[in-house]
Amino acid sequence: MKAHVYVTLKPSVLDPQGKTVMHSLHSLGYEKISEVRVSKFIEITYTGNNRSEFEQDLENICSRVLANPNIEVYHYKIIDSDSHDEI
Amino acid sequence: MKYSIVTFPGSNCDHDSYYIANKGKNKARFIWHKDTNLQDPDVVLLPGGFSYGDYLRCGIIARFSPIIAEVIKFARRGGLVLGICNGFQILTECELLPGALLMNRDLKFVCQHQYIKTCNNNTPFTRQLKPGEVIDIPIAHKEGNYYIEPEGLNKLEENDQIIFRYCDKKGEINVAANPNGSVDNIAGIMNKTGNVLGMMPHPERNAEDFSGSEDGAKIFSSIEELYSRCS
Repeated sequence: MKAHVYVTLKPSVLDPQGKTVMHSLHSLGYEKISEVRVSKFIEITYTGNNRSEFEQDLENICSRVLANPNIEVYHYKIIDSDSHDEI
Repeated sequence: MKYSIVTFPGSNCDHDSYYIANKGKNKARFIWHKDTNLQDPDVVLLPGGFSYGDYLRCGIIARFSPIIAEVIKFARRGGLVLGICNGFQILTECELLPGALLMNRDLKFVCQHQYIKTCNNNTPFTRQLKPGEVIDIPIAHKEGNYYIEPEGLNKLEENDQIIFRYCDKKGEINVAANPNGSVDNIAGIMNKTGNVLGMMPHPERNAEDFSGSEDGAKIFSSIEELYSRCS
């Protein structure tokens, strides 16, 4: 199994990278873009078979390591390694 | 007085800190991050640098180094802990200090002399500074933009935990004097119990006359004075 983890700055936290990308897109003519937020995408591979155990580990990993709750939020999707479909 | 300076993979101000701390009667020693013994120090110093290449988030990987559990215990017992730059980032990640350090407002690595204003001189680290004293301490970072939610900021203010703010030469605290976008121009904060200081500016880089200013020495001599009174 794999997990796709997304770590994003909270909406209340200014994202200067996102602002810079947005200004760049405006200068390229994409003027209807009103906001860009740059986030982190992390792919994790799991060797166990127990999905609920993996999910429990993921919760801990995200809250303890991958995201800082002061500034970030996270969400994840567990991916079946035999297919490309999301479970 | 004994300093324990923790070296992580990627620390690059540990030797500068050692040079300044290991003077006169003071003794400094390096503690490798995998050690589990702080060697009975009076002060723990977490130096600047790029621990673990700043991967994932500045300070987060170092936060799980074995020695950090000992640093947390030491701090909880009231031991003095000084975190400079990356050391400040590590202190926020291990929740000895509130808030977080974000990427600079202008996305640039800023390396320059910087004036900071002493907002609280009633601390073990600032007792030799005058109230409101403006000192010149260099900064060198890309992730020094201090952030805390409004509620947390109120608590910092209520408890006099804001120790330094970025300012201009005259001591004016304004947007133009803020090098990185930090909330309320914050350059350094303490924990509520007043024994853990985190600051982005580097006092160890400006503690001898060859560097153009000796202002940083006042932070080290403040600690020394406190120690000599207590011992």
